[in-house]
Amino acid sequence: MPRIPLTWLGQHVALPEDASAQQVATDLSRVGLEEEAIFGAQVTGPLVVGRVLDLVKEPQKNGKTINWCRVDVGPEHNEAEDSPKDPQPGEERPSRGIICGAHNFVEGDLVVVSLPGTVLPGPFPIAARKTYGHVSDGMICSGDELGLGPDPDGEDGIIVLGRGHARGLTGEPGDDAISLLGLGEEVVEINVTPDRGYAFSMRGVAREYSHATGAAFTDPVSTIEVPTADGDGIAVQLADEAPVQGRDGCTRFVAQEVSGIDTEAATPRWMQQRLILAGMRPISLIVDVTNYVMLDLGQPLHAYDAAELVGPVTVRRAHPGEKLETLDDKPRALDPEDLVIADAGGSGDRAIGIAGVMGGASTEVSSSTRDVVLEAATFDTVSVARSARRHRLPSEASKRFERGVDPLLPAVAVTRAAGLLAEHGGGTVSASRTDVGEVAAREPIAFEVDAPAALVGIDYTPEQVRESLEAIGCTVDGEAVAGGTLVVTPPSWRGDLVIREDLIEEIARLVGYEKIPSILPQAPGGRGLTRAQQARRHAARAFAEAGLSEVTSLPFVPASVFDTLGYGADDERREAVRLLNPLAEDEPLLRTRLLQTLLPVARRNLGRGQDSLALFELGAVSRAARGRIEELPAAQRPTPAQLQQVDEAMPAQTRHLAAVLGGTVGPASWWGAPEQWHWAAAIDLAQRAAAAVGARVEVRQREQAPFHPGRCAELFLEDGTVIGHAGELHPKVVKAFDLPARTSALELDLEAVIVSAPAVVEAEPVSTYPLAKEDFAFVVDEGVPAVAVQAAIVAGIGDVLESVHLFDVFTGEQVGEGKKSLAFAVHLRSEDGTLSAQQIGAARERCIEAVSRAVGGVLRA
Amino acid sequence: MSETPPSPETAGAADPEAVTIDEPTIGAAVDAALAAIAGATTTAELKQVRIDHVGDASVLSRANASIRDLPKDQKAAAGKLVGQSKGRVQKALAARQDELAAAEEEAALAEETVDVTVPVDRRPRGSRHPLRTLQDRIEDFFVGIGWEIAEGPEIETVWYNFDALNAEANHPSRSPQDTLYVAPEDSGLLLRTQTSPVQIRAMLERGAPLYIACPGTVYRADEFDATHSPMFNQIEGLAIDKNLTMANLVGTLDAFAAAIFGGRPVTRLRPNHFPFTEPSAEMDFRCFSCDARLGLDHDADPECRVCGGTGWIEMGGCGMVHPDVLRSAGVDPEEYQGFAFGLGIERILMLRNGVADMHDMVEGDVRFSQHYGTEI
Repeated sequence: MPRIPLTWLGQHVALPEDASAQQVATDLSRVGLEEEAIFGAQVTGPLVVGRVLDLVKEPQKNGKTINWCRVDVGPEHNEAEDSPKDPQPGEERPSRGIICGAHNFVEGDLVVVSLPGTVLPGPFPIAARKTYGHVSDGMICSGDELGLGPDPDGEDGIIVLGRGHARGLTGEPGDDAISLLGLGEEVVEINVTPDRGYAFSMRGVAREYSHATGAAFTDPVSTIEVPTADGDGIAVQLADEAPVQGRDGCTRFVAQEVSGIDTEAATPRWMQQRLILAGMRPISLIVDVTNYVMLDLGQPLHAYDAAELVGPVTVRRAHPGEKLETLDDKPRALDPEDLVIADAGGSGDRAIGIAGVMGGASTEVSSSTRDVVLEAATFDTVSVARSARRHRLPSEASKRFERGVDPLLPAVAVTRAAGLLAEHGGGTVSASRTDVGEVAAREPIAFEVDAPAALVGIDYTPEQVRESLEAIGCTVDGEAVAGGTLVVTPPSWRGDLVIREDLIEEIARLVGYEKIPSILPQAPGGRGLTRAQQARRHAARAFAEAGLSEVTSLPFVPASVFDTLGYGADDERREAVRLLNPLAEDEPLLRTRLLQTLLPVARRNLGRGQDSLALFELGAVSRAARGRIEELPAAQRPTPAQLQQVDEAMPAQTRHLAAVLGGTVGPASWWGAPEQWHWAAAIDLAQRAAAAVGARVEVRQREQAPFHPGRCAELFLEDGTVIGHAGELHPKVVKAFDLPARTSALELDLEAVIVSAPAVVEAEPVSTYPLAKEDFAFVVDEGVPAVAVQAAIVAGIGDVLESVHLFDVFTGEQVGEGKKSLAFAVHLRSEDGTLSAQQIGAARERCIEAVSRAVGGVLRA
Repeated sequence: MSETPPSPETAGAADPEAVTIDEPTIGAAVDAALAAIAGATTTAELKQVRIDHVGDASVLSRANASIRDLPKDQKAAAGKLVGQSKGRVQKALAARQDELAAAEEEAALAEETVDVTVPVDRRPRGSRHPLRTLQDRIEDFFVGIGWEIAEGPEIETVWYNFDALNAEANHPSRSPQDTLYVAPEDSGLLLRTQTSPVQIRAMLERGAPLYIACPGTVYRADEFDATHSPMFNQIEGLAIDKNLTMANLVGTLDAFAAAIFGGRPVTRLRPNHFPFTEPSAEMDFRCFSCDARLGLDHDADPECRVCGGTGWIEMGGCGMVHPDVLRSAGVDPEEYQGFAFGLGIERILMLRNGVADMHDMVEGDVRFSQHYGTEI
């Protein structure tokens, strides 16, 4: 994102004398340019130029040789006399004594000295200190120490004025080296949203700063006069035969030749410095100038070595299989969707750059380039964005083109760049210039003066409306009066302004978002949480109250989990949604059951020191889609049939509730051994969850992975719909996840349970007649489920039954091999009167008869 | 009626059958009774004292019985004497009974003392996940201002997640570096990257006016780190009606900030860009933690962990719903307009409750949930 050195910004807009980076960032943020980072002054304190007067080399025991120097740091900073305890080398003169380990300098050189009190990047405060037997009263600095990076000339050591980092610089002892080296400059890095490409330049940011503060803004474009071309330069053809999304890849292409540039000419120091501050590396005059103009105006430029470029130039899509070596010396296989610049070199039709992304190596400017062709074009945002992404080349050019570049800039930018090459490199600007393509006229927008007030809630005056629109560069026709309509033509650099609401945002942000009042709207009144939303809370709360802890887990699973859980080959729970680009290659599926991800979470908890488990999750599960999703149009309502098709083709999705219970229920306790979690608790919790949402689930014996074949309950609704399972986990599953022995679990389709709950719970009368208690013990075959006996009791006794409860199960010799005794406590009560002895006796008879008939049970004597 | 033999002392005092009813005799009986009452140290002893001094064989009872044999003119005086005396004794007995019973109960209870500091949690308490508890609380805020809670699927179509929300075909958020897609390539499905598709579904189903909040889990192709997770939770708000403005957006955010963070709510909007809103804004809440919470005229604590010293907390994006989004959802933008905003529930939990690491919220470590119990 663009870095804005304040002095550069100040060239286009009136910055206050004392403007700080922080203040500028705050101002810009108000108009929508968010602060990304602030780079403060890199160096503070007395960093000065010094002249090395005397230098004595002193070899040390550690093998190093140090330089013991007498340095003149100017009258203001020099010590008048040497310290008698530590006299400096050579003749005594006003100076300071400094120890230096570098060797790339000699007596008489001008160097950069950080005196005590200076703070170098790090921060690294400098103080006088004793070292190698002398007091070093400051430090002679290298480029690295000043945050300037490695020496551009490859010199190893300290900065010597006139060379390397300080090429072209000179000074007198005592001069401020911070300003000399440009180390005091503050820089703001901002974030530019995708709609505001123009702010990817000093020009655009200066305009925004002016919007934020009202400071006077001078458009740098207005200061550049584009001379009328004397004929065309190199021939250029725009030949995009396969526009992406129907948009021409290149709508304008400007080429300007500059010849006879001095290959020895260096980039001026101020320009290098600005490039560095803006985050770019100075390379050569030609490259630096193109970058500088891009940073300043926002128009990416490319310089071709004219000696290597063979006209005519064609802008076209890449041929299938075509290759290109880009400037970064990487070979690239081009995609037929890539827009390329091609010339007639090589075999007569060669790609020499990916349009708007990066140039090619074959026509790259080099240290011997004297003649260049400068390119400035208008490329389509989408085409550039896709190429940049395809080749993973987010270049400075592509970042700007993706967001849109002012189509009026190309001729201005090449003129400016050519001028700089002439000025600093002695080049001759060709009088001819190629300019092909067109700049489409902007569509005017009809704009009601009252529209901003209606959407924003501030009563903008007609003047505010007009002034704001004009400030951002719009042409405003029509009379700005309340109730009137304006015709607004957005400026060339604001491709994002297309509809009325776009303009309203501009007015809102220029006047200030902070002026918007705060008014809580009065909603018409909702119906509260839905039954399902309430019910989910109740179910989760019931589990929490029962001692379980809620957790969440990521829904991604490996295919192997289905085998681990023992699903059969045709099990529908294997029909999982698969991700195209999973986060982890080995977990490409979405869970079809919560236990698939909850069991690994259980294992993690055990691994972290838990020795028992009581956890649950309420989360989404899915099943692979059956149909194909039809494409729907944007910006218009799809038909009901289309929406229905989509709904039906989507993967089935619902919310499940699952729990894993293992080990002890509580800690070992003073009142006895702790209870263990087991299969019965799992079934009980499933029924409690159902009860919490006002529903009922029933159970029957069933074999179902991942449960123990003999200890699994199938959970079903009154209408027979199976909604889940509960019981003890299969020992293989327990082992696979390193769970405590006999760990139990449950999982149910909570949404289905909730839907089954009655909308209204009907009342039941409370009888006040006396209760009769009767106990029965039936001997039945071992395979008869208790619930079947109970059902027979219920059916047999009929209306007068109030409740029935199994209170004992007994097997043993007394009841016989293969038999069991089930004892039930039965409560009888009538709504109509006190039950007589005969009525109670009759009920007993009916009960015994029904159990005998239904399950062959015999009343135990 | 049981016949209790008279106690030796009483029996020896006078003729067992007849009692002389005069001041000295009765007075002596009363004194003896009061002395015995005072001397009783348990309720059992007191019971015996009662039998001895006011039982059938006692002097006072016999004296009472003797009254009927007195000449008529003496009956009144004797009755008064015996009645008052017996009353005094009964009253003393009752008082002593209360005293002794209280002392005995106190002793018995003292005997039953237990150590109440032993651990009593046979079944440890459970907990809800704090993100869920927080989400419930946020939902309750919206329900409280008359909105409804809308939900939708986590596996969503590309149309609902992007196209209908005016995201350009080329928008970076659509790239596989950002969004998790469902196979095969042309499935048209993805893991929703926001809960905004629920807004579209709600508009299509219910039309306008509409005031909804859409909480839910969303996914991004992000690597895990302390502040990013590929799975997180959002709540988005959407209000569509005639004449809703950005001022109503600010009002809603202010009310939300006050409900969730407390204090004096100050929210700030900064211009930003989102495809689905125009105008768009970034919303900041005034820091609720450091001095900045006291108002715009108070500086933030430079060391504040919540706002990082800026005084403001970035909360998410918002704006006025783009007309194309309304069109996609079948709402006429010439008649209705409205606002939308999105908040991260993890972010709110991190800020509000000081959770430092995103990992804790998704790894499923029960200790993280247990710390909160069922409230946050």
